[in-house]
Amino acid sequence: MSLLSIENIHTYYGNIHALKGISLTIEKGEIVTLIGGNGAGKTTTLRTISGLLKPREGAVRLNGEDLSKYKAHEIVYKGISMVPEGRGVFARLTVTENLEMGAYSLKDPKGISSNMERVFTLFPRLKERRTQVAGTLSGGEQQMLATGRALMANPSILLMDEPSMGLAPVLVELIFDTIQQINKEGTTVLLVEQNALMALGIASRGYVLQTGQIVLSDTAVNLKSNPTVQKAYLGVE
Amino acid sequence: MSTTQNTFDWRKTLQLGLIGGLVGVLIALVGMVDEFDKRDIVAGTLSMGWTLLLLTALITGYFAASMMPKGRGLPGIVSAVVASAIFAVVMSVLAWLVDRFDLRQVLVNASPNLVKILTFEQGVPNGLFMLIGAGAAVGLLGGVIHILPDRIRKAVALGLSMVALLGLLQEIIQVSLAGFEGVSKALEWMFGKGTEKGLSVAGAIVVFIVVAAGNLLWNTNAPKVNAQFNKLPQKSRRSLRWLGYGILFLVIIYLPAVLGLYLTEVVNSTGLFILMGLGLNIVVGFAGLLDLGYVAFYAIGAYTVGVLTNFSGELTWHFGWNFWLALPVAVSLAVLAGVVLGVPVLNMRGDYLAIVTLGFGEIIRILALSDFLKPSIGGSQGIVNIPPPQFLGVLINNPQTLYYVIVAGAILALFISQRLRDSRLGRSWKALREDEDVAQAMGINLVATKLLAFATGAAFSGLSGSILAVKLGTIYPHSFALLISINVLALIIVGGMGSIPGVFVGGLLLAGMPELLREFAEYRLLIYGALLVVMMQVRPEGFWPEATHKRELHEAEAVKPAEAEA
Repeated sequence: MSLLSIENIHTYYGNIHALKGISLTIEKGEIVTLIGGNGAGKTTTLRTISGLLKPREGAVRLNGEDLSKYKAHEIVYKGISMVPEGRGVFARLTVTENLEMGAYSLKDPKGISSNMERVFTLFPRLKERRTQVAGTLSGGEQQMLATGRALMANPSILLMDEPSMGLAPVLVELIFDTIQQINKEGTTVLLVEQNALMALGIASRGYVLQTGQIVLSDTAVNLKSNPTVQKAYLGVE
Repeated sequence: MSTTQNTFDWRKTLQLGLIGGLVGVLIALVGMVDEFDKRDIVAGTLSMGWTLLLLTALITGYFAASMMPKGRGLPGIVSAVVASAIFAVVMSVLAWLVDRFDLRQVLVNASPNLVKILTFEQGVPNGLFMLIGAGAAVGLLGGVIHILPDRIRKAVALGLSMVALLGLLQEIIQVSLAGFEGVSKALEWMFGKGTEKGLSVAGAIVVFIVVAAGNLLWNTNAPKVNAQFNKLPQKSRRSLRWLGYGILFLVIIYLPAVLGLYLTEVVNSTGLFILMGLGLNIVVGFAGLLDLGYVAFYAIGAYTVGVLTNFSGELTWHFGWNFWLALPVAVSLAVLAGVVLGVPVLNMRGDYLAIVTLGFGEIIRILALSDFLKPSIGGSQGIVNIPPPQFLGVLINNPQTLYYVIVAGAILALFISQRLRDSRLGRSWKALREDEDVAQAMGINLVATKLLAFATGAAFSGLSGSILAVKLGTIYPHSFALLISINVLALIIVGGMGSIPGVFVGGLLLAGMPELLREFAEYRLLIYGALLVVMMQVRPEGFWPEATHKRELHEAEAVKPAEAEA
């Protein structure tokens, strides 16, 4: 059984039909990427998985269990964590407080402090800045904080929405290295990206999304050499 | 002179002078100068009306000095003097116009008395020169204050404001401390004698010097004192802290005996506002839910107590309950109302939430006024015959006994707020305030968290309303106007959003002070508005801000030196 499977979901914003029947599966231990242009429905897919949006049709299943009966905050307890688009750190709380909020779903203080140690090992920069207010961190540091915060909940699957957005290339590489490391330590990752080249570089499989539908799905290697993908997303003429 | 020309900016100076003048003309024409002239800050020398004008001139000069490109130095001072002189010229044009033509048909406050005040009672040509001279002199002072180092400037400002405050509150201070032999002698010297109110000249000078010097000394020595305190062993630190609490407790217990009837009454109504402020602070300050209908819960608390305890009158019911029995029912009903309001607005944010809650507040008030509910809650005649409560055989029927009920309520609310702020729930409120979606994605139950904020806030307001009912003995719908909600919100903003001590500061400033200065009640809203505008420009985080908010707004200054070291 797949860790996460999405079966034919249709999501609407009012009358706008944003997702028109999307299905995908993610196996335990994978990095899967979802690539596509603006307005293709990438963020909507993530928000539907995390319960912030409810699909009108179809189901999101985690280990076979239908998640539609759970509210957004309950889905966190099931083991799905999200790094939201544009980072969404709590600007007026400190780095430590942000991380503590990430562990809101945990009850045991020892586990929380060992998770925080893990985050600080992954991102030593955060440790240096732990008393600083998140709103005053640089873009890259905020991305680290948002990622660290999502990890605080011990997720079995991490949803990442455009981690490269607005970051300098050096930082993008750092973030992607960290994603690989997080994955090696046992967390499954669903990565949504506009930067298709980078995403396909670390993912094992990928889905290509266009106007609310999946138009292609293959291994990352095959997608990279696929002429349509090359032309549309990788800038190869 | 050449350096002055290089850096002096005539346009800005002129602009500021004219803006200052405009403010001055406005103050004069709404009648504040005339009206405030009846009270003295320094007896026989400086009236409140003049203080207003001088303050305007001083601020004009100060800003003119700070506008100059090089800021500190000669151009700044010249600019300050010129700008304040321009302000004075504008004021003298006004005085001349008022003296020459009778403008009272249109501008009611353009009275001969205004001319008299503006010209130092010297008549038009001579007095006007004096006015301009005085403007320039005050401008010079403003410019000089701007040059002073931060430390000294703060001390001077504090000294001046303390003089103003003591002068303003002279009557109250003298009346309340008259009972103490030694003190009253000192007071007689410090304050003006006889009918003149305000400080004596010598008193004003002494107050200024003591406060300014004290502030300077404290600021230079505070780190040392703090270090000393921290060096003490844990045990004696704790006992020192308990000693502090003990003294505070004694002050609280003996306060009404010292203050007398009238002042205790002022403290009581301030206390009810603080109690409401603590509640709204949870809703708006912690959880970030802008609630403009907060008065509704105040009304529900008051009316519940009124209906349950009143013993006779034209109403259908005379339950005649004991107040202490009615109180928990009133608070529970307020909480219930909080939840009822909370459910439909769960998905609303910002402006929409404000509008809906505003409507809710009005609905409750109009229901109280309505003929439909008249048999049970009295319509516009309200509820009368609410008996005073008894506590251990003591009848609580005057301000001095009621004071203890209010203090007990405030301490309870303070304790609850503080514990909630540092709790898991407090954290989730703050997360909600920052970003609702992300908070949900962290596992926070949006519905429960929001409803708990509304319910807790409503409980405090209901408690405050219940006490109001027995304080007044009668309640009418007009006591629950929209203005109360706005007052409470304003006191939170002025004190500092989300800051618990800020609620107390805001309460004293916006509920206590207006009560003491009742004779100027007409200008209350004008002063509120001006205060809020100035606050948002100069000190957006409030007078006593919450730590994180302060961090956010002043992070740039705080981080820079640290980074420079690293």
